[in-house]
Amino acid sequence: MNDMNHDSYVTADGRTIGGVVMEMKNITLRFGGVVAIQDISFDIRQGEIRAIIGPNGAGKSSMLNVISGFYNPQEGDVFYHGKKRKPMRPYQVARQGIARTFQNIALFEGMSVLDNIMTGRLHQMKAGLFSQALWAGRANREEVENREAVEKIIDFLEIQSIRKTPVGRLPYGLKKRVELARALAAEPSILLLDEPMAGMNVEEKEDMSRFILDVNDEFGTTIALIEHDMGVVMDLSDRVVVMDYGKKIGDGTPDDVRNNQAVIDAYLGVAHD
Amino acid sequence: MFYREAGDFKTSYKEDNQTFPIKFDRYRYYAVMFLAFAVVPFIVNDYWVNAIFLPFLIYSIAAIGLNILTGYCGQVSLGTGGFMAVGAYACYKLMTVFPEVSIIIHVLLAGGVTAFVCILFGLPSLRIKGFYLAVATLAAQFFLVWLFNRVPWFYNYSASGQINSPERTVLDIAVTGPNTDAWAKYMFCLVFLTFCALVARNLTRGSVGRKWMAIRDMDIAAEIIGVNPLKAKISAFGVSGFFVGIAGALLFAVYLGAAEAGDSFGITKSFLVLFMIIIGGLGSIFGSFAGAAFLVLLPVLLKNVLVGTLGWPTDLAAHFEFIIVGGLIITFLILEPHGLAQLWRVAKEKLRLWPFPH
Ligand SMILES: Nc1ncnc2c1ncn2[C@@H]1O[C@H](COP(=O)(O)OP(=O)(O)O)[C@@H](O)[C@H]1O
Ligand SMILES: [Mg+2]
Repeated sequence: MNDMNHDSYVTADGRTIGGVVMEMKNITLRFGGVVAIQDISFDIRQGEIRAIIGPNGAGKSSMLNVISGFYNPQEGDVFYHGKKRKPMRPYQVARQGIARTFQNIALFEGMSVLDNIMTGRLHQMKAGLFSQALWAGRANREEVENREAVEKIIDFLEIQSIRKTPVGRLPYGLKKRVELARALAAEPSILLLDEPMAGMNVEEKEDMSRFILDVNDEFGTTIALIEHDMGVVMDLSDRVVVMDYGKKIGDGTPDDVRNNQAVIDAYLGVAHD
Repeated sequence: MFYREAGDFKTSYKEDNQTFPIKFDRYRYYAVMFLAFAVVPFIVNDYWVNAIFLPFLIYSIAAIGLNILTGYCGQVSLGTGGFMAVGAYACYKLMTVFPEVSIIIHVLLAGGVTAFVCILFGLPSLRIKGFYLAVATLAAQFFLVWLFNRVPWFYNYSASGQINSPERTVLDIAVTGPNTDAWAKYMFCLVFLTFCALVARNLTRGSVGRKWMAIRDMDIAAEIIGVNPLKAKISAFGVSGFFVGIAGALLFAVYLGAAEAGDSFGITKSFLVLFMIIIGGLGSIFGSFAGAAFLVLLPVLLKNVLVGTLGWPTDLAAHFEFIIVGGLIITFLILEPHGLAQLWRVAKEKLRLWPFPH
């Protein structure tokens, strides 16, 4: 890890970006014959908004799945806080402070909005089975404390009016917001967002962009997000990784990437050989 | 407009999270508790206790147990009869081996033994789901009944192969055995039901319950947010087994007095309890009560009406009951998977706003 970059810098809008917290090194992921990710390396710095873009099927979701422990790559390593990570189950990754949302919303449809968000705080709740069975001492206290934390997130994302609604009854845009709330409830140090704005109208996209910026700004959360809308990506992110057919074809600031010929080709659909 | 929440403000999260957040519900709950503990015991007779109250109380416990596993955690089980048998035989062995120990301890320990057995048979649930898990628990059902019939140690080598519940007392009042008063049986089971319902309610409203429901609704997402599927499922099997075991112990020791694994704890028991939670409502403690009450009362009612009033032959009435229950199950599965509990909830939601629905 001698090439790790510890220099921090301040962005134009006054946020401090720290050193590298997560580094992907030569990751290759195959599904049978399909190579979803081919020898990709990139890093994520403390406090930045890191976008991953690319056409459909480029391997972006697969990359998030590698980070969250859902898939273990055949080759390459993930370094977290400078340490090489062993292959892990998703719940172990979650415990290290990495939370995420899904491209296809993965909420618990049978539970209320409040209960869904409360599940995000499972790590903060340590009362044992017996204490909970009798609702004594610790269980009771924990429930109230964590409810307070969750209510702050509910206020933050402006979903007070639906807290008791079963998630199954919510429209798509609100579900996306609840899923973000659940991820935030874990107070993650890294937040992974898989197409948080897919399928939203302009107004919903603006709201979501604002929430993402606020999360990053107010809580200092490092964010890695996948997004299709180039405009949104350019506005939000500090640095961008561009993927195409499982390969990395660009990496840099939004401006760098926008002017990169390979990226322009991929997006304009220049025929591959 | 008695049933309302306007003017009933919550000023703390603790209040908002109590079991009955609406005052009216709370009062009704106190009223029911008062009736159950302070009125019913003084007015019940043998017929009411044996035909209605005991089966209702005991099956409610079993239904709560199965509802934890199936309704809350999404793991189907067809082994309830077998697990009740574990509770019954564990209680019998404990009662006969340690006669000086309180029957209360025996029943609780029988629940503990069943929890353990239930966890063992639940281990495959980590690999298999849905239909295949159902088949695995069905195998548990047949294996357990076979075991209790086959190994004489379980029934203390009695010639009949039956287990018989000896007389045991609580505070010098007999609660098991042939000389037990109806009200004593009733109270004994009522105390256990109250205890089980409170524990179930506490578990399902806290973080354990949320883990179970997360696994039920989407196990992959549950794992991503940090639920350990192994621990969540194991705890659901354990807690479920604890309640089902208590129900089995009470069914044998207090209600039946004598039992034989195949007759008393066969596959029909598994289905009966499963039907209770389907009709009552999956994922609802109240639904467990509603379903148990419904399926205990239905045959009694039908018998009184069809045989008593209309003069039908008994066997015809019994078959008619199958048809009704079968029809209801299909209706509920198609139209209202959340059962009677959901119908009740919808009715309350309407009442809450009545008479001004807008
Ligand atoms: N579980 C899987 N099994 C087989 N192939 C998969 C799986 N997940 C993704 N893929 C394949 O990997 C490639 C990249 O998919 P994905 O990461 O979802 O792309 P993106 O998110 O960029 O649209 C696609 O060709 C897809 O078909
Ligand atoms: Mg994708």
